Amino acid sequence: MAEKKIDEISGVETTGHEWDGITELNNPLPRWWLWTMYATIIFSIGYVIYYPAIPLITEETKGISGITARGELMKEMAAHKASKAGLVAKIEEASVEEIAGDTELKRFALSAGSSLFKVNCVQCHGSGAQGAPGYPNLNDDDWLWGGDLDAIYISIAHGVRYEQDDDTRTSQMPAFGKDELLDRGQIASIAEHILKISDFEYDAEKEKEGAPLFAENCSACHGKDGKGNSEFGAPNLADALWLYAGNRQAIIAQVNAPKHGEMPAWNSRLGDVAVKQLTVYVHNLGGGQ
Amino acid sequence: MSILDKHGIIERSPTLLFIFSLVVVSIGGIVEIAPLFYLQNTIEKVEGMRPYTPLELAGRNVYIREGCYLCHSQMIRPFRDEVERYGHYSLAAESMYDHPFQWGSKRTGPDLARVGGRYSDEWHVRHLNQPRDVVPESIMPTYAFLKTTPVEIKTIKSHLEANRTVGVPYTDDMIANAVRDLKAQVDPESDDADGLIERYGEKVSVRSFDGENKVISEMDALIAYLQMLGTLVDLNAYQANPNLR
Repeated sequence: MAEKKIDEISGVETTGHEWDGITELNNPLPRWWLWTMYATIIFSIGYVIYYPAIPLITEETKGISGITARGELMKEMAAHKASKAGLVAKIEEASVEEIAGDTELKRFALSAGSSLFKVNCVQCHGSGAQGAPGYPNLNDDDWLWGGDLDAIYISIAHGVRYEQDDDTRTSQMPAFGKDELLDRGQIASIAEHILKISDFEYDAEKEKEGAPLFAENCSACHGKDGKGNSEFGAPNLADALWLYAGNRQAIIAQVNAPKHGEMPAWNSRLGDVAVKQLTVYVHNLGGGQ
Repeated sequence: MSILDKHGIIERSPTLLFIFSLVVVSIGGIVEIAPLFYLQNTIEKVEGMRPYTPLELAGRNVYIREGCYLCHSQMIRPFRDEVERYGHYSLAAESMYDHPFQWGSKRTGPDLARVGGRYSDEWHVRHLNQPRDVVPESIMPTYAFLKTTPVEIKTIKSHLEANRTVGVPYTDDMIANAVRDLKAQVDPESDDADGLIERYGEKVSVRSFDGENKVISEMDALIAYLQMLGTLVDLNAYQANPNLR
């Protein structure tokens, strides 16, 4: 290069470029900026050595740290499990009744069950466990499949009418109308009998015809007095709580072609400890027996 | 004059500048993207992954058309909070037949990567019909029209073919029977259901998904797709340790 050109006014060296008499100052980069850049280059060398980075022929360089996202997750899960190890191990060993009977275990199960419920159960049973048409309210003492700890545990663990689980709870009410087991008049009479036992207004004349039909067709599962049987998941028909709706039309529809609820088995999804925690939580909601 | 002093030549020619920029940018692509196509550990070796059945593929098309991915991701990242909420983290193998993948980048609604089997068909029908019937807090729009819209059957064969072109292993048999398999999946009594199971495996769910049999609706297809999500790979047989990355 030729000799340095110095701008007269600022005393700074110029690049030598000139446009219509205007020249460009050649100020050096700020030192701190330059050194920061060199530092990041040096840092990147260390980074590439320490972390998995460069793709080779069959796999990438692993880095001396051996860090992997999935490995870190496994460690975190293990550490989390270890932090609760004492309690989790006790829950693993204990039966649901033992958990509910132990103050410390119960408190642990309730708080875990509460968050598990919010993630997994509210979509059907509602954020307050209040249920929805077709999805039972879990706060009351009206249980389809039984409301003691063991019964709740089995319902949660294996689900209801969940094909993929061999131990799932299952029962099927016949479609009395759709499959022509009873004619329309008979179904209407049975509905009147159900209205009677659940304290609704009913047509006395039809009910007389309906009572023996009920005894013949319905009592095997729902019981003579219609109080239900949790062995078959047969609902109590003699109370004011209804899974779908408590009116003449809905009762006729259900006898005609019953709807059947389904619930997934949670054992395979969440594991036994979580199911036990949920059991204690649901049992504790208010209706546990 | 050293070579570095010749940059003026590139800077004065737009064509040269463009060509050299392209060269520089492709180096980034070659280093970061190309290895994923040949590195053997990009996709885990798993058991159970299969191409989608014609009905599931039709449902997937509805999922894409309705923009479900704008609010729902299908990617459970390997973090404790996600794994505890949604289940096992997603594997690359699980989206290997997705063209395009549905990982998504926005969760207004929950992740759907493992939604299969989590709810009953009846719940899905009710939820798509009016989400607030089952989840009062939901802000999801209603998709009631899916139940009355017949699924487009006549193009399904070309969808399978198009997927095969980009690498999904649909056999000639699967493509030839695409329409038959689609219809059979909602009708367990049909004779063709056996053929469907034979082609796609034991685990294929065959039933009426939307609860009525008059028409094969888009709701049938979408629910068939949702009920399959995340259920294909046998996670019990999946080895975590050799697949750390």
